[in-house]
Amino acid sequence: MQVQSMFFKQRASEKLDDALLQGNMRKAKGKFVDGRAKAVAEFGVWEEVRSHAAKVRDRALANLDAYLLEFEANATRRGAVVHWAETAEEACAIIVGIARDNGVRKAAKSKSMVSEEVNLNEALEAAGVEVIETDLGEYILQLAHEPPSHIVAPAVHKSKEQVAELFVKAHGKPRLTEIPAMTREAREALRGHFLGADMGISGSNFVIAETGTTLTVTNEGNADMVTTLPRIHVVITGIEKVIGTLEDFATLIRLLPRSAIGQTVTNYLTLTTGLKMPDEADGPEQMHIVLVDAGRTKLVGGPMQEMLRCIRCGACMNHCPVYQNVGGHAYGWVYPGPMGSILTPVYVGLENAGDLPNAATFCHECAVACPVKIPLPELMRKLREQQFDRRLRPWPERLAIAAWAFAVRRPALYAFLSGIGARVAKWMGGREGLIHSLPGLDGWTKGRDMPAPAGRTFRELYRQRALERR
Amino acid sequence: MKVGLFVTCLVDLSRPGIGFAALKLLEGAGCEVVVPQSQTCCGQPGYNSGGRDIAKALARKVLAEFRDCDYVVAPSGSCSGQMKVATVHDLFQGEPDLPEFEALAAKWYELSQFLVEVLKVDAVPGKFEGTVTYHDSCSGLRELGVKMQPRYLLQMAGARIAEMEGAERCCGFGGTFSIKLGEISTRMCENKCESIRATGAGAIVGGDLGCLLNIEGRLRRTGDKDTKVLHFAQVIAGE
Repeated sequence: MQVQSMFFKQRASEKLDDALLQGNMRKAKGKFVDGRAKAVAEFGVWEEVRSHAAKVRDRALANLDAYLLEFEANATRRGAVVHWAETAEEACAIIVGIARDNGVRKAAKSKSMVSEEVNLNEALEAAGVEVIETDLGEYILQLAHEPPSHIVAPAVHKSKEQVAELFVKAHGKPRLTEIPAMTREAREALRGHFLGADMGISGSNFVIAETGTTLTVTNEGNADMVTTLPRIHVVITGIEKVIGTLEDFATLIRLLPRSAIGQTVTNYLTLTTGLKMPDEADGPEQMHIVLVDAGRTKLVGGPMQEMLRCIRCGACMNHCPVYQNVGGHAYGWVYPGPMGSILTPVYVGLENAGDLPNAATFCHECAVACPVKIPLPELMRKLREQQFDRRLRPWPERLAIAAWAFAVRRPALYAFLSGIGARVAKWMGGREGLIHSLPGLDGWTKGRDMPAPAGRTFRELYRQRALERR
Repeated sequence: MKVGLFVTCLVDLSRPGIGFAALKLLEGAGCEVVVPQSQTCCGQPGYNSGGRDIAKALARKVLAEFRDCDYVVAPSGSCSGQMKVATVHDLFQGEPDLPEFEALAAKWYELSQFLVEVLKVDAVPGKFEGTVTYHDSCSGLRELGVKMQPRYLLQMAGARIAEMEGAERCCGFGGTFSIKLGEISTRMCENKCESIRATGAGAIVGGDLGCLLNIEGRLRRTGDKDTKVLHFAQVIAGE
């Protein structure tokens, strides 16, 4: 996916004016937020398991090298081939190579955000492989030629009616109005692709070191088709997804679906360990696991390492009031919302995504919702510190902060300036006490008045009171 | 009991009445209140803009100004979060003066918490007839646990509280966010104002002036000249 994050402000502005999107986002928000709240309340020991899960992820990251090698050894023992991709381009080259070597003409994919991150579909299509997205949301977006706007519910920005329109064009059948009928139609369209594909491509929510297992957490069952029906199964995932044990997985899976959509457990939860065994009826003849770095190791051992705990549940974006209002496309890359506001600048460069760490009020809803306790606001602040130190913010902003910093450390000067400011601003507010426009602060005054100050500072009035009392 | 009042820069500049309301409440409860005249700001605007050094310099300035006090009280959850949480958990981690900031954090209270949890007031001077709705500011709520305290105090003053939908959702202020990403900020504020209007309350009350100026600015711009926008200290002090 091409990075468009440098245009966040402009794109966000367009999304705020998109009435259809606003309606769709409003509907989704209730479902995600209320659903999670209910699941968490029913769970009873949420905070305890959450703390444990954070430790599980931290232990995995502390032993990343050892766990990855253990995973490789165990997966290899079960007949899979493990590939290491340092960059996005390498990941694509590996998978295109597998497709070429095996004469693959069609690949059926289940949802994988890492594949979006590395632009896998484009690479395969350029090599002459037809790629079919089989996750319903991803399928809809493939028909619409759009990137996902959410990491769990990729087509959350679309309404039922918009999807119906796309299906009429793609399937050439009468327009449907009910979601179950639309799902049935998509299933019929996809069934042939599962059977006809030479290659199945899936992500993996975690990879388990002690067993060499990859796994998918889904609600549609498409991933199970993708991982068992085609003769070649390719798994693509990030190196940070490794965890130590099945026990660790048991902890994390209690949190993932609950955080994502308030589900106790997803409809399908499939652990795949190696190839089809001689006594097994189903499964691929070849299994390739592509472990992608693409910037992840840069975070290990550094101030942003906690971000690698992320289990991709989407709770942070679901609870983010900025995301709720602008949707995922505004963020301009694969990962939106708070987690994306950290991952995007880290992976594609702070200079290409300068507004993202600033697209937060630090309301802390994301930090409260995160099932693995990633301090998302603190990490965004660290990126702001890097911007500050590297002078990446626009000069008027830097000048304003420098001027403020100068005055605020000099109480006498500050008292003098604030005294003048209070008087001037009161005068500007006129009889109704409202300032309608302020030079340099139009970000505020375009949509809001600035209530004018009372005219004299607390400091002055307090001193006066003290004198009167004497 | 010597209580230092941290006025906050916004109250000093824009709404001194809130500072005097806090003063009245504290003095009324028998506290000896001192107001260091050299105080300016807690440093949060610098901190959230990535200016770590300026945030630390200002935190040290605040520390020096309130060193002699038994308690420090601020009519703001946001500034209190800066001095109680940011200093201890982040800014001075690994620094020699961390213990001093831990001591400052331990004696620092947001106003409603101080009145309810330390002074345990059971009466307030203010009388308020009518219905209010309360906006929970993010830092106070999620960093400090300010939730029931201001409501309890408002009810003590006779106010009826009509809870709005999404009272805990951010109003979109976010300090410099409200200017840097003004359009998004305005939309978040409009969502908040919708919730406020739906309650039919005559006043929206909160505990952080930044949020209140934001909400007031949007209400007025959209033609609402009537809904009062008040800090809880003003209501319960009867100022």
